[in-house]
Amino acid sequence: MDLSSINPILLLASLMVAATPILLAAIGELVVERAGVLNLGVEGMMITGAICGFAIAVETGSPVLGFIAAAVGGAVLSLLFALLTQFALANQVASGLALTLFGLGLSALLGQGYVGVKPPSTPQLDIPLLSDIPVLGPILFNHDPMVYVALGILAATWAVLKYSRMGLVLRAVGENHEAAHALGYKVVRIRVLAIMFGGACAGLGGAYVSLIRVPQWTEGMTAGAGWIALALVVFASWKPWRVLMGAYLFGGVTVLQLNLQAAGIAIPVEYLSMSPYIITIVVLVIMSTHRSGAPASLGKNFHASG
Amino acid sequence: MFKLEKRPQPSKMWTLLTPPLAVLATMIFGGLLFGLLGNPPVEAIRTIFWDPLFGEFAFYYRPQLLVKGGPLILIAIGLSLGFRAGIWNIGAEGQYIMGAIFGAGAGLAFYPMEAFYIFPIMVIAGAIGGMLWAGIPAFLKVKFGTNEILVSLMLVYVAEQLLASMSLGLLKNPDGFGFPGSRNLQQYASAHNAELITGTGMHWGVVAAFIAVIFSYILLNRHMLGFSIRLTGEAPRAAKFSGVSPARLILFCLGTSGALAGLAGMFEVAGPAGQISIDFNTGYGFTAIIVAFLGRLHPVGILLAGLLMALTYIGGEIAQSNLGLPAAAIQLFQGMLLFFLLAVDLLTNFRIRLASSRRKGVA
Repeated sequence: MDLSSINPILLLASLMVAATPILLAAIGELVVERAGVLNLGVEGMMITGAICGFAIAVETGSPVLGFIAAAVGGAVLSLLFALLTQFALANQVASGLALTLFGLGLSALLGQGYVGVKPPSTPQLDIPLLSDIPVLGPILFNHDPMVYVALGILAATWAVLKYSRMGLVLRAVGENHEAAHALGYKVVRIRVLAIMFGGACAGLGGAYVSLIRVPQWTEGMTAGAGWIALALVVFASWKPWRVLMGAYLFGGVTVLQLNLQAAGIAIPVEYLSMSPYIITIVVLVIMSTHRSGAPASLGKNFHASG
Repeated sequence: MFKLEKRPQPSKMWTLLTPPLAVLATMIFGGLLFGLLGNPPVEAIRTIFWDPLFGEFAFYYRPQLLVKGGPLILIAIGLSLGFRAGIWNIGAEGQYIMGAIFGAGAGLAFYPMEAFYIFPIMVIAGAIGGMLWAGIPAFLKVKFGTNEILVSLMLVYVAEQLLASMSLGLLKNPDGFGFPGSRNLQQYASAHNAELITGTGMHWGVVAAFIAVIFSYILLNRHMLGFSIRLTGEAPRAAKFSGVSPARLILFCLGTSGALAGLAGMFEVAGPAGQISIDFNTGYGFTAIIVAFLGRLHPVGILLAGLLMALTYIGGEIAQSNLGLPAAAIQLFQGMLLFFLLAVDLLTNFRIRLASSRRKGVA
């Protein structure tokens, strides 16, 4: 084993890359849950976004179009969930699971012709001056644009939820849909929009995995990232900035275990690969002891009777 | 416009009618999907649903119905108990893997000794393996209130890594010329879960599935515990007032479903699969979720739904080799089935009325 082969600067730099997919998916799910809807289909929307983005990027040669397609793909798939839970009033847990199973099948079908294909590469965004700063430069300012887009979405989500009227209405719907309805807000319409936003974010996160992080297409390649994103929202107590903290924590664990694998540490590879999942469980346990901030109407269906 | 009116009680008629309706809708939309993929739709649907039962080679495929249906039913019965009470065990796939590892491990510990008691020990070990794995989310839920959905699912990925580690390390066949995978239990008479009646596909796992169906029927309809499960699912507040202990219920439901999933894994590894290998698990644990819902969480319904889902597996394989239908199309088809089922469930819980203009003004 040679731990000196691990470069701490590169480690921290790749941490930001590893954290981005779950960060994107988790922001989306955070908005959905703040609107009072529990969508367990994140994994399905992510993997669908991954293949939509990959296919379009390969066909058009443009990663940007790929990411747009991924967002659209994720949002369209999430509409199925919206249809089931908001209009057919189906159980949200079951519908979310159905979405994941359906998305895994759909993506495998769509991705048949794309196994082993190389996607067009996304250029690094070398911010002049900033990226030349020693140590901090390569860690913070030498990434692909999506890393910053994700941070931008996070900041925007936080600002909208906290300071805008739209955010207030969305939170009202999530806390007490009966009261929000009585005040004249369109509960179902707001929730459908939130669900679509969640789908688009999950799609972006998936495309980040297939276009930048890996970059290639294999079936089921998101490997539970969607579920980790769900756990992240609980970990963050439904607060946007804590999602960032959580995403970097999980990104850090992932990158560290990959580096330890490469360094040839005496722990078998399988046990290292387990670590992100086990840490997720440990964190969930710690967070559930002082549970706070869950939207009061989370997971409950709304039906205006009368 | 249409207007939904909540029924005071779920409609009995629609409870029975919605699963066939969902299957029919899936067949139609699945056929269209297969058509889009360039396969003749009617032929594809016939290949999946008809050929395995009544086609030219049906004698070969019919036994497969029990082989594939057995584990699905066994797992789904366990899941249905929890689902009824609002306890969501999503990680049956992981419990299935752990049951297989424990069961095969117990059997291989005796190798090459031959004795009548080896197989029963493996059965018990398999059940314990699954139960322990499901016990983790149960314990965490009872003790700390941790979400059992996420924990049980995370443990699937952990179990998959353990499976890889076992087939490359501890349980690797010492005479296997370095290939990954354990000894083949089919060649170890005392541990082999052999076909009980030749040509039927009937093995001990299928027997266990039938027993589970009967026991769960009795439990839900004739036993106090079953009543508590149903009460908790339908009226949680009433259950609390009548003194049902949520902790006991969580431990029971997760433990039982884990044990049954573990049994399914153990019977599979000792029978049809034969050995522990990296790709041993094939998603039964997830498909069983669809089976449980399709069977309306009712034991008899699950029995039928399990056989139907087994049919789509077998028919899917035939369609794959004969028509070149991609394997993913079948996975999509199964997911679609759950979607349609959840959608048509609207009819069970609500009445659809045409809202007249007069009433619309009031509303």
